[in-house]
Amino acid sequence: MKYIDEFRDGELARQIAVRIAAEAKPERNYSFMEFCGGHTHAISRYGVDSLLPANVRMVHGPGCPVCVLPIGRIDMAIRLALEHDAIVCCYGDTLRVPASDGLSLMKAKARGGDIRMVYSPSDALAIARDNPAREVVFFAIGFETTTPPTAAAIRSAQQQGLKNFSVLCCHVLTPAAIAHVLNSPEVKKYGTVPIDGFVGPAHVSIVIGSAPYEPFAQEYMKPVVIAGFEPLDVMQAILMLIRQVNEGRAEVENEFTRAVTRDGNWIAIDLMDEIFELRAAFEWRGLGEVPLSALRICGKYAQFDAERRFPLEYAPVADNKACECGAILRGVKRPTDCKIFGTVCTPENPVGSCMVSSEGACAAHYSYGRFRSIPVVAETVTEAAA
Amino acid sequence: MSDNVMDEAVTASTVKKSYVRPLDFKNGRVDMNHGAGGRAASQLIEELFVKAFDNELLRQGNDGAVFAPPALPAGARLVMATDAHVVSPLFFPGGDVGCLSVHGTVNDLAMSGAKPLYLTASFILEEGFALADLKRVVESMAAAARDAGVPIVTGDTKVVERGKGDGVFISTTGLGVVAPDVDIGGANARAGDVILLSGTVGEHGVAVLSQRESLQFETSIASDTAALHELVAAMLAAAPGAVRVLRDPTRGGLATTLNEIARQSGVGMVLEEAQIPVLPQVDAACELLGLDPLYIANEGKLIAVCAPEQAAAVLAAMRAHPLGAKAERIGVVTEDPHHFVQMNTRFGGRRMVDWLSGEQLPRIC
Ligand code: SF4
Repeated sequence: MKYIDEFRDGELARQIAVRIAAEAKPERNYSFMEFCGGHTHAISRYGVDSLLPANVRMVHGPGCPVCVLPIGRIDMAIRLALEHDAIVCCYGDTLRVPASDGLSLMKAKARGGDIRMVYSPSDALAIARDNPAREVVFFAIGFETTTPPTAAAIRSAQQQGLKNFSVLCCHVLTPAAIAHVLNSPEVKKYGTVPIDGFVGPAHVSIVIGSAPYEPFAQEYMKPVVIAGFEPLDVMQAILMLIRQVNEGRAEVENEFTRAVTRDGNWIAIDLMDEIFELRAAFEWRGLGEVPLSALRICGKYAQFDAERRFPLEYAPVADNKACECGAILRGVKRPTDCKIFGTVCTPENPVGSCMVSSEGACAAHYSYGRFRSIPVVAETVTEAAA
Repeated sequence: MSDNVMDEAVTASTVKKSYVRPLDFKNGRVDMNHGAGGRAASQLIEELFVKAFDNELLRQGNDGAVFAPPALPAGARLVMATDAHVVSPLFFPGGDVGCLSVHGTVNDLAMSGAKPLYLTASFILEEGFALADLKRVVESMAAAARDAGVPIVTGDTKVVERGKGDGVFISTTGLGVVAPDVDIGGANARAGDVILLSGTVGEHGVAVLSQRESLQFETSIASDTAALHELVAAMLAAAPGAVRVLRDPTRGGLATTLNEIARQSGVGMVLEEAQIPVLPQVDAACELLGLDPLYIANEGKLIAVCAPEQAAAVLAAMRAHPLGAKAERIGVVTEDPHHFVQMNTRFGGRRMVDWLSGEQLPRIC
């Protein structure tokens, strides 16, 4: 834990906070998007935002893998379990995401679907080996971080000659999504996105490296600082972003040098290239169709592609009308701007996807920051506790 | 199994010992007969439960335990608590479902400031469950009851078909007495009160998780399962009237329990993260799984909300007891119509500590 404690040192945090306050120019506002759910979580859990001056605002981006998973994809997984009698293996967070007909994977499980929570795709492989008479489907979601393990599982399924294993591939790509946030036609509808720079993903960048963000930073004139998931990493990245903005630079900088290189992990990248190919377009929840933003299993491994193996049609499903997830994921609105935030939509009864995982903007604000929207508490009593 | 032999015998109580083949605790398994109320059931009760839990009331052998009510001083009250125990896996580092089922109910009584007197136990066994495992569970339960000084005086056994249970479910009920001057309840916290915690949080949940088939990770973490009534007695004796709320943070962990108290009492709370003790191994395991130790179950810890003037005396009494050696003052009660539990993070920021929603699931990314 020593390695981690160093990045949670409150004294150092205070020092960086003082720097940030000194270098942020009082006459302007700074809005930075943290793309990753992991950063959103760190910011909320450690109260990083309460250490920032009022004119530095963090915007939660579309980097929570559960939040951006469209309803239609979850419906497909549910149909695999309920109609095709497959054992569907998924990551825990996916279980609670609301789908069509008032269902979710968890509710489908209660209705008799054989849906099992796994911690990695290799657990799903083991289940396939133990149940040779059943079809086993791994519901693969997530960014570049979770993609290499899925690729590795498909390759070992082939090597082991597993006949009853397949993957419902819903892996998405980070750089495409970041560009889309600034670029999409909807931006016109929502107005200019007020974002001055990005805190770049940690785990994703370990895989893909920092280079893929370079064209983006240049084209859109937005600085990117790749940061680790520890609260001090995030504070440091914010300071680096403020400096870039102040100096009029828009570069890719790497705060997370202890894990991220410019070129990434070639073994993982090669493995992904071998097994996956780009989809022309993929629907993201809250963002709509994003071109060249997701992966599917390539022809050579078609037998492991659940979409080809089962008669599955993807049908897009509209979000609840009141849900503002789209605007929130683009940084145009805040969770509290949504009319049903905290009333109809709560972590117990999520209407939109941002309320499901603690990495989602709405859930993070609800669970960690709600008190800030409602002035309360006699501070004097608080001091006595210290 | 022994049933064929047994069917020819008369009744369990009158049959000659030599006609009854004893239960095979090495290779035997629970079957439907053990729950049918007949001879096999009676044999299981005699050879396992009565033997392990042995005490005068149980030996009466009736459907209920008959006893005279304890002589109560004016103002004293009786407390009853009941708790069902389902845990998977049944055995984990530091304990098993057996001792857990005793500690759980003893602690429920203790949290109202009671001295626990008697326990009852009911078992739901799954057909096919190994008698060796059952014996282990029952003996652990008997040892826990003996150590706590609370006899198990009556019980019940049922068997469900294979696949309809999880080995064994145990439900226990307890009876206790609260002294006249003790008034402890979840609604008693007031602004200005001090919140004390008896020790490190998260061990039980992490110990159980570490044994889950899909998750097995190497760890030295053992469950903290323990009976807390003596610790409570020491606290109450040290500062009479000082303790207003007691609660053991079991499922849902510290965070959920504090939210319950805040809502019941209509107050808010402000915690100091730096004061909340967590073992480094627990911290590391939680980090790995993406869990928050504040939401992880404990089975041997308590939270006490105390009057500020006497909090130091209560804390000293806690620290003087082995189960409270690492006790800390973790925060204060505030006035807050929204009943928010807030926390000053070790990092220097402020956040809320909300209710747990759903089950805590390890994160993906
Ligand atoms: S509060 Fe719920 S419905 Fe509203 S934007 Fe957030 S997730 Fe969507």
